[in-house]
Amino acid sequence: MSVDLTLSALDLAAQLRAGTITSVELTEACFARIDAFDGDVRAFVSLDREGALATAREVDEARTRGADLHPLAGVPIAVKDNMVTRGQDTTCCSRILAGWKPPYDATVIRKLKDAKLPIVGKTNMDEFAMGSSTEHSCYGPTHNPWDLDRIPGGSGGGSAAAVSAFFVPLALGSDTGGSIRQPGAVTGTVGVKPTYGAVSRYGLIAMASSLDQIGPVTRTVADAAALQELIGGHDSFDSTSLDEPVPALGQAVEDADLAGLTLGVVKQASGEGFDPEVTRLFAQTVERLREAGATVEEVDCPSFEYALAAYYLIMPAEVSSNLARFDGIRYGARFEPDEGPVTAETVMAATREKGFGDEVKRRLILGTHVLSAGYYDAYYGSAQKVRTLVQRDLDNAFARVDALVLPTSPTTAFKLGERTDDPMAMYMCDIATIPANLAGIPAMSLPVGCSGEDGLPVGFQVMAPARQDATMYRVAAVVEGVSDDVAGTCPAAAWKEAE
Amino acid sequence: MLTISTDEVARVAKLARIALTEEEVTRFASELDVIASAVAKVSEVATPDVEATSHPIPLRNVWREDIAGDVLDRDELLAGAPAAENGQFRVPQILGEE
Amino acid sequence: MAKLLSYEDACSQFDPVLGLEVHVELGTKTKMFDAAPNMSGGEPNTRLQPVSVGLPGSLPVVNKQAVEYAIQIGLALNCQIAETCRFARKNYFYPDLAKAYQISQFDEPIAADGYLDVELSDGEIFRVLIERAHMEEDAGKNTHVGGAEGRIQGADYSLVDYNRAGVPLVEIVTRPIEGAGERAPEVAAAYVRALRDIFQTLGVSEARMERGNVRADVNVSLRTNATDPYGTRTETKNVNSFRAIERTVRYEMRRQAAILNAGGTVTQETRHWHEDTSTTSAGREKSDADDYRYFPEPDLVPVAPSREWVAQLRRNLPELPISRRRRLREEYGFSAEEMRDVVNADALDVIEATVEAGAAPQAARKWWMGELSRYAKDHEMELANVPTTPQQVAALQALVDQGKLNDKLARQVLEGVLAGEGEPETVMADRGLEIVRDDSVLEAAVDDAMAANPDVVEKLKGGKMKAIGALIGPIMKATRGQADAGAVREMIMAKLNQ
Repeated sequence: MSVDLTLSALDLAAQLRAGTITSVELTEACFARIDAFDGDVRAFVSLDREGALATAREVDEARTRGADLHPLAGVPIAVKDNMVTRGQDTTCCSRILAGWKPPYDATVIRKLKDAKLPIVGKTNMDEFAMGSSTEHSCYGPTHNPWDLDRIPGGSGGGSAAAVSAFFVPLALGSDTGGSIRQPGAVTGTVGVKPTYGAVSRYGLIAMASSLDQIGPVTRTVADAAALQELIGGHDSFDSTSLDEPVPALGQAVEDADLAGLTLGVVKQASGEGFDPEVTRLFAQTVERLREAGATVEEVDCPSFEYALAAYYLIMPAEVSSNLARFDGIRYGARFEPDEGPVTAETVMAATREKGFGDEVKRRLILGTHVLSAGYYDAYYGSAQKVRTLVQRDLDNAFARVDALVLPTSPTTAFKLGERTDDPMAMYMCDIATIPANLAGIPAMSLPVGCSGEDGLPVGFQVMAPARQDATMYRVAAVVEGVSDDVAGTCPAAAWKEAE
Repeated sequence: MLTISTDEVARVAKLARIALTEEEVTRFASELDVIASAVAKVSEVATPDVEATSHPIPLRNVWREDIAGDVLDRDELLAGAPAAENGQFRVPQILGEE
Repeated sequence: MAKLLSYEDACSQFDPVLGLEVHVELGTKTKMFDAAPNMSGGEPNTRLQPVSVGLPGSLPVVNKQAVEYAIQIGLALNCQIAETCRFARKNYFYPDLAKAYQISQFDEPIAADGYLDVELSDGEIFRVLIERAHMEEDAGKNTHVGGAEGRIQGADYSLVDYNRAGVPLVEIVTRPIEGAGERAPEVAAAYVRALRDIFQTLGVSEARMERGNVRADVNVSLRTNATDPYGTRTETKNVNSFRAIERTVRYEMRRQAAILNAGGTVTQETRHWHEDTSTTSAGREKSDADDYRYFPEPDLVPVAPSREWVAQLRRNLPELPISRRRRLREEYGFSAEEMRDVVNADALDVIEATVEAGAAPQAARKWWMGELSRYAKDHEMELANVPTTPQQVAALQALVDQGKLNDKLARQVLEGVLAGEGEPETVMADRGLEIVRDDSVLEAAVDDAMAANPDVVEKLKGGKMKAIGALIGPIMKATRGQADAGAVREMIMAKLNQ
């Protein structure tokens, strides 16, 4: 039986279990498709054929022996290039880490290895996860499989594109202000930011520690639930990890129905700046949810208007500290100054000047300014207060509703190069996703249709209270049920490899 | 309104150990000025009665017992370093503090 | 070389104000924020986990034992223990700082508002107020290669070993120390010594100054009158012996006094102590000093020690050095001077153990402050490490008390014990050093001596008792020093009267 890469991860896992395909066949099929089309998409920045196939062989052998395997064992996965993988290039798509092979594994990587998912390779991203288009990568941009002239979203555009292009059924992303969900929206994939602390950050190269969270990138809600169950759970190596059992997310997807649930439509996430087609598809989906039995209310979250501003204080402040360790001494690249004395100090400054791209430097300067003497209270301190206000708004909202719904991205995928010279316009991409990061609540984006204007996918976002990831999955599964198949209609589904 | 001058960008670049070119200093100053004005918005609502939140999920007393674990393999570690010598990380001369 | 005012003039014209920041490395098994072993020595870069070397993606996790030690230190210093406190990041670049920030505590230390009573050499008690004690991590170590041997100046390049990076530290900061006057140098050294003793008593650190387990930053400023506002201060970094602390204060007082006296102004700066020249010199200006961009460490959550825990630690605090000294001085009947010498020689523990093993306090003091201190000095070792035990010293003294050894013989036995020949009894027997008690042997020796020296016997009979030494000498020689001199004298007298 030939391998059908348009199937979901769970369907492929079922075929593996049934023995109709082997993990080696499946993994080889992924590599064949990557070889054929990634030259155009550029989702991957490094591949690990040997490692992935070795894992696949292990799974097949173990299966023959009748060994007990994880349900997703043998299903290939791609990982964003900011999660450390021992002995494999981990660069955050930055010159400053070019060629670095970490001497340890991130907790999520260890979990993938323990469950025996072949790790196909590392995916492209905006340098150090800073961007909304995957154009700020030292490897060049990733192209959206829906339209190769357009951005795949960011910063995790590589993972989203790899799943959207059917290179792999599963991928991991990281979400600091929307870097899983916004790429999900513009590539027609499912992207989840779990509750802060639900998935260990150990080994995720930090962007903004109080906002970062690893999550699944898939084509179906059920696949995302299965992957989050695998990577989630308490980790003693991450002090911010929740010491709680992983919720039964797959069960929540299976049991999905809206009976007795109240959904809140966020008043602030509409109107100005939102594309009419995005607004239309959002309203259409809300209407279908109402028909499916949900009670729908409008909720007011006035602090959301300040969330973006607060984010652009907290995030660069933490970035400026987290990225200080890239100084050309312990790992990665080292550059010497073009002129003047060569000292530890001048080499650090030259390494950081030449090793970091513009967007990273912009945020390092802004963040250093934000934390610098005399500005702390006005900037960082105030931003942390906005965070309190966002949490209060959400607490009030969740006192009345079980989940919030809002569009993911104000627009569909824009053209490559369209916003690279306008940082503020780029930052607007995250307006509807950022509140969830500030408050630590779970949020996911899933495709609900395509724009009547440009035919590109539009994302729909579901947010739930902290620790209520199961509620989010339950609602998302219903949303998926009432929406047309979007991921499967991606033009990439029709790409056929040369015989 | 707070603004970010080229002098401030140059000062901060030094603190952040980035040898920005003059062109970058000028460009970043104008770009960051826009951002800084936008973020100044937070002061409208960040009143003294509002408490600051540094962690999205409040936890406390997360610690570990004092038990030694595995150490990194030194060769593997130093293989990733830009320069190493005798089991140590080699760095250019450090300007004296004396 | 800077101009100096004489110390006496400096003291008569100015009032010194001190500030001390003392870092102590905690003796935990693992580092502050990861499970890498906390051990000194060893091959460079072999005691590292991802956090210690600041690898991308690594995350800190607090060592509970280090928190416990910090609370114990806070309690011993009569501090308030915070109900909740946080870690912050102190951001700066330096090759030995693996993450380019140090995780420390900034505005929320674990302990604050305490004091320490410090006993000076004449027994006077000086109270030093403690502003705070907070937890932080140590940095790695740079070694400078080329140029002047091991010096940072003129080195060709440097090598970095991160083994020490992440070792847990507690930093103790005093409030400005006023009113010490001309005793300021002594107060500074006595304060750090008192802290060192507390660390050792609590068992939170080996607290070996010479190994850098305890390091002091010494702030000194002068003002004309004790009622004036504080003058401009200098901070001399990493002074790591009691003597150097004392001399640093003295030197800075003289140097600053000379500047002020000449109408100049003291520059606020970081300085360094030079053991070789006994001077301080100005450090290089750091452009980013004082802009450390502190902010709450987002990778760690607040530490909120429960009141039950704190109360339990308070109950279990060992007796602290100053009260122990007071108690033992009284029990042992030592003079203030004797006690000071004992403390300065780090001999109190061994003396106490020797007394517990049965020796009289003065006898125990005499052995440890005499023979054994000399031995330690000759062999360049700590008194506690000389190769004999308090039990052996007590056993030796028991032999003296029983009259089996005199002082001279006892010293010979001790020599044998130190040379590894065994227990005092054994050494005494093996070397045949026991005082001769057999009267027939003694009598024969006395008779021989009297027979051989009839002139001396005559003199004695004539009442010239000073001459007795001329008989005792040969008798002791004949018995190889093992005769009891008193018994010999009695026997001669008896024979003369016969």
